[in-house]
Amino acid sequence: MHLEEFAEGKSFWHRMDPRVKVLALTAFAVVTAISDHLPALLLALGLGVTSILTAKLDMKKVGVRLLVVNTFVLFLWLFLPFTTPGEVIWSFSFLTVKREGLELALAITLKTNAIVTASIGLIGTSSVFSLVHGMTHLKMPEKLVHLFFFCYRYISVIHEEYLLLRTSMRVRSFKAGTNMHTYKTFAYLLGMLFVRSYERSQRIYQAMVLRGFNGTFYTLDHFHMRGSDWCALFIMGFLTALVGALQWGVLN
Amino acid sequence: MHISEGVLTAPVLIAGALLAGGGVAIGLAKMRPKDVPEVAVLSSAFFVASLIHIPVGPVSSHLVLIGITGLLLGWMAFPSILVGLTLQAILFQYGGLTTLGVNTFNMAFPALVCHMLFAPMVKSRLPRKVWLGGFLAGALSIILGGILIALSLAASNEGFVEVGTLIAASNLPIAIAEGILTGFCVSFISKVKPELLGMKR
Repeated sequence: MHLEEFAEGKSFWHRMDPRVKVLALTAFAVVTAISDHLPALLLALGLGVTSILTAKLDMKKVGVRLLVVNTFVLFLWLFLPFTTPGEVIWSFSFLTVKREGLELALAITLKTNAIVTASIGLIGTSSVFSLVHGMTHLKMPEKLVHLFFFCYRYISVIHEEYLLLRTSMRVRSFKAGTNMHTYKTFAYLLGMLFVRSYERSQRIYQAMVLRGFNGTFYTLDHFHMRGSDWCALFIMGFLTALVGALQWGVLN
Repeated sequence: MHISEGVLTAPVLIAGALLAGGGVAIGLAKMRPKDVPEVAVLSSAFFVASLIHIPVGPVSSHLVLIGITGLLLGWMAFPSILVGLTLQAILFQYGGLTTLGVNTFNMAFPALVCHMLFAPMVKSRLPRKVWLGGFLAGALSIILGGILIALSLAASNEGFVEVGTLIAASNLPIAIAEGILTGFCVSFISKVKPELLGMKR
């Protein structure tokens, strides 16, 4: 199962310290999510798109991701202009389009796309393991980091178990439909998946104990902040502050 | 079952983050070192299972499985769901980073409620009662989750009330399908691996 579609590449985003990217993206996402002024949101979207373009990613795959995100946004456009109370700018029998609704839908569209493009450009360009490693250094609770590590490590293993079970169902001519037989079969498939996951986790724990696990993971290599990383952190911090400044009118 | 980035307002995002943070802290405190691999690999299984689509009438829906997550993990559903949602946000851009708190709470809270209400039924060893406990946990968790999503949307903006109601209502057929599925799934586990439900052999 290939999950990290954008993690391989040669751009400076791929080389950057994951801690810098996590911190910068968190600040950017929070500021963008609570903004609602058009200039601030346009700048945020510009920054997000820039991060994707400079990361030299497969634009086709990026497009598919954005399409999925925007189907929900499109759904909102079908509702918000009509259901948000406010000044009526166009009406047709019982349907009335309100200015506030249009503004809200536009703001949400810009925000969603700004944050999603930035997360593909920044976080998508790191492998999950390096992000987990980064989390350790950002002082996340140890157990949560372990949970992340093991969960991600075993997704592909459990997925293979799942494919095996699906194959054996196909061999027996299973065909899905809306009926009791289908639900029962899927339920037993899931049950088997949970049972096997549980048994595997017991073996993992026994193997850990056997090797003297005492509750800590020792990290052998550490990140080093290079000059370029500090520089990137400073620039991204400044640009996020600029979005905030446009939002709260510090510039006027 | 998640709300995407950029839709909710700051107070809702903050409230969600605080509530989810509290739940995750309690869940982690209850987690012994030997539970870590178990919760983690079960989280991988929930992640894989959530990619499965089952037919519900003319359309197909992907599985949510909050009910069974709650029955198996109790309070530890909070950290488990947080990890799953974070991975989905990082890998597929489903949900999002700023909405992690709200989305975690909207799914983990129903899971916890179902654990408290129906875990005793599921542990009863009476086949019909076990199935019914699973069915109720599966169905109620989806309904409760839909209501929480509708409430988070409505609390953000009045214009969302209709969208939220529609989302909550469209969850009803999914709730029935998940209920039936969870009922059979729990019956299976109670026969094959009762330890998984916290029972002695």
